[in-house]
Amino acid sequence: MKLIIATIKPFKLEEVREALTTIGVRGMMVTEVKGFGSQSGHTEIYRGAEYAVNFVPKVKLELVVTAAMADEVVATIAKTARTEKIGDGKIFVLDVESALRVRTGETNDDAL
Amino acid sequence: MKILKILPVAAALMALPTLGLAQEADMTPPNEEIGFILTSFMFLVCGFLVFWMAAGFTMLEAGLVRQKNVAMQLTKNMGLFSLAAIAYYLVGYNLMYPLGSWSIGADETGGYLGILFSPAIMEAVGLADTTPDLTYSSVGADFFFQLMFCATTASIVSGTLAERIKLWPFLIFVIILTAFIYPIQASWKWGGGFLDTQFGFLDFAGSTVVHSVGGWAALAGALILGPRIGKYKDGRVIPFMGSNLPLATLGTFILWLGWFGFNGGSQLYMDTAGNVADISRIFANTNTAAAGGALAAMILTQVLYKKVDLTMVLNGALAGLVSITAEPLTPGLGMATLIGAVGGIIVVFAVPFLDKLKIDDVVGAIPVHLFAGIWGTLAVLLTNPDATLGGQLISIIVVGVFVFVASGVVWFILKATMGIRVTEEEEIMGLDQAELGMEAYPEFANR
Repeated sequence: MKLIIATIKPFKLEEVREALTTIGVRGMMVTEVKGFGSQSGHTEIYRGAEYAVNFVPKVKLELVVTAAMADEVVATIAKTARTEKIGDGKIFVLDVESALRVRTGETNDDAL
Repeated sequence: MKILKILPVAAALMALPTLGLAQEADMTPPNEEIGFILTSFMFLVCGFLVFWMAAGFTMLEAGLVRQKNVAMQLTKNMGLFSLAAIAYYLVGYNLMYPLGSWSIGADETGGYLGILFSPAIMEAVGLADTTPDLTYSSVGADFFFQLMFCATTASIVSGTLAERIKLWPFLIFVIILTAFIYPIQASWKWGGGFLDTQFGFLDFAGSTVVHSVGGWAALAGALILGPRIGKYKDGRVIPFMGSNLPLATLGTFILWLGWFGFNGGSQLYMDTAGNVADISRIFANTNTAAAGGALAAMILTQVLYKKVDLTMVLNGALAGLVSITAEPLTPGLGMATLIGAVGGIIVVFAVPFLDKLKIDDVVGAIPVHLFAGIWGTLAVLLTNPDATLGGQLISIIVVGVFVFVASGVVWFILKATMGIRVTEEEEIMGLDQAELGMEAYPEFANR
């Protein structure tokens, strides 16, 4: 099993969700986050005082999928979330030791 | 075609009174009461419009403070309005309108101090055994209307000192402001005191008497209280974003609406066609001045900062309203727009200017009410030939010095006795949790 963590532009969320459910992903977790990468920040002015916006809003997806499916999921997210402008986000893939479905007690791949 | 259809109906209507109503008792009020009735009614309507400004201030402030202090800001506004209502009844009203019975001074030579500690009393129920002043309004309506102005002054102070002042010392200050400081200086002009009789001071609805008074009291408080933690760091100004701009905008529109009562009601009479026409002029001028202030701030922030700053546009509209308040009657629509626009410009420059001086005014109440209030008081000279530069200037200074010093003394006493500022830890935690134990917008609720 693999944990896929992807940060994407917030307005791409719905498109990515649709693409992932189309290829058979059955669940995901979504969090609103802020962060910075190469997009870095920019400055704004509020009531005459300049300030730096260091953290840009993003959406973080977390999905646990079978190892066999991981590559396809990563490719789908990358393809759908891409705008080719700075700040499109990043995708990380981690190994998952175990999984358990609370309702039935099923474990690992059966729990996904 | 249309006229032909209406004619028979109109004829029938004209015949009606002679047909049915002639037999019934004549319920028309005597002619000499009509002015009294309309003026009192006007005061009541304008009074509840000014009352609604309390809601406007509350929403504006709730929108411009940070999320962790919103519930406290709402609490302070409920408290200050209620306290103002009681203090003005017990002390303020008769202190402000001595009606010739001055403790110090007299009507002819100029009064300085009215009657201390004399509660307001309304006419008896149904005017039993009373001869009302039929040339003016009922005492109840007058009291109700004037009270709202007093409460407005206190509302101005709460915005400036938000996010760091302790609840109870703030409310004690409100009592002293609304029972003594505001009514005493207001008596100098509106109670027929020395600024009115000796200096010919003109302030129609209170650019100085109400708005700059709130501004001076707020300035004294801000200086003694100090800025919020982290506001000024290494010579830089750190902006603290408002938590809810829709509420701040709603609050501004509510204030704009309430201002029609504020300025319109200050005509004080609605017993003749001339007075009704004047009230209409005032409504229209008040509206256009707000528009001028908002647009001036909008254009100026676009030019200066390359982006429009909504919070400045809100302040600009309010500054336009404050600017026209000293003389909303004599200008035409064009001049009223310009007077308001200058107010909007003043605000855009005054907000960063105060920050440079490290005077932390959370909602911009000092630029809006004090700076634009001074401008508005001087702008009377533009359209009202009865105004004199000396009379306006001296009154601005006299009122300013009195309110600033009196407020400063009260703030110092409160600081020395009970302390006016929350602890550093409480300020960082937010006053909602520290002083109230509740949140305006609970984010993580157990369902």
